[in-house]
Amino acid sequence: MPVLLELFLTFAKIGLFTFGGGYAMISLIEDACVSKKQWITHEDMMNMTVIAESTPGPIAINCATFIGYKQRGFIGSVVSTIGIILPSFFVILLISSYLDRFLEIIWVANAFKGIKIAVGILILDAGIKMLQKMQKNALSKIFVIASFIMMMIVNIFALRISTIVLMLAAGAVSLLLFMAAKPGAADKGGGS
Amino acid sequence: MILFELFFGMLKVGCFSFGGAYAAIPLMQEVVLSYGWISEEMLTYMIAVSESTPGPIMVNLATYVGNDQAGIAGAAIATFAVVLPAFLIILLVMVLLKSLLKNPYFQAVLGGLKHCIIGVILATGAFMIFQDCFGTGLSLEPDWIVIIMTAVLATVYFGSRKVMKRGISPIALIGISAAAGVIVYGIF
Repeated sequence: MPVLLELFLTFAKIGLFTFGGGYAMISLIEDACVSKKQWITHEDMMNMTVIAESTPGPIAINCATFIGYKQRGFIGSVVSTIGIILPSFFVILLISSYLDRFLEIIWVANAFKGIKIAVGILILDAGIKMLQKMQKNALSKIFVIASFIMMMIVNIFALRISTIVLMLAAGAVSLLLFMAAKPGAADKGGGS
Repeated sequence: MILFELFFGMLKVGCFSFGGAYAAIPLMQEVVLSYGWISEEMLTYMIAVSESTPGPIMVNLATYVGNDQAGIAGAAIATFAVVLPAFLIILLVMVLLKSLLKNPYFQAVLGGLKHCIIGVILATGAFMIFQDCFGTGLSLEPDWIVIIMTAVLATVYFGSRKVMKRGISPIALIGISAAAGVIVYGIF
């Protein structure tokens, strides 16, 4: 089987069978691409997880792009990324054409009223899990608490301040604090 | 032009979704509501649907919003736009910028961003629960059915981790809450 087709089918399979996304996909990708196909090493996979944490986007998509590129360059990365997205694309397309009509059924609407409560809990839980994994020091705690308070104020008073502005401000403050704590480091320039 | 709006709105979400599946939710909420694409209620429902279907939540939400606004072309454009930043950045990292990620200045900025996102997600979850329980206005109107259901579901979800090793899964919680909704709202 040509490698491109193999990349596509492998990632399409992973895309079809992982629910919830995120880290759930990692073990599947590891199993398929490291153990079975030996496209990348376990070491690569670990590095990729670190890179994924420093870049935007779901980690599963980051992995697909990375592995595809390693195998077949740019085309490989395109094919793998499309492969991992395509199954859920069609599933959502199918669901969204029926959801509105589905919600007109009274007991389905009731079920979703209950589900709405679960979503709040799940989002809060996602935040708590990230909090538990984060490196804890005085500075990081202040950042989390300050962002939490700012976001609550924005929400409660329906202020038109974008989350992006909040994030960029946090990034800028963090950079300034880093430079202030390390005088002289700026002279060496931005090289690695 | 709706396709352009979808493209740029979703591109914005894609660019700033650092830190896992739920990190994109506050931004997605903001973009979707500011353009008036779908209601907050519908978005909440879709978060649950996305959690229960394959694929990353962010991508699923983009597909849904795109399809809702402009059919299959909208779905394709929104999905493409939300994934594009992640795709390009990984390529850039591999081709050019391997050292950038280790750069201490870059890491300092990133540290600020990531800690900010944790605060934003916690606030989004907390506010969502608060709104469900007390309504959207500044005057508090407690909805006791929702308050009791929230307390019970949160106890079941977080409490299950004390009994089982990993606790019940998000999908299981969605299933339980759906059943609770059918029973409770069927009676009251």
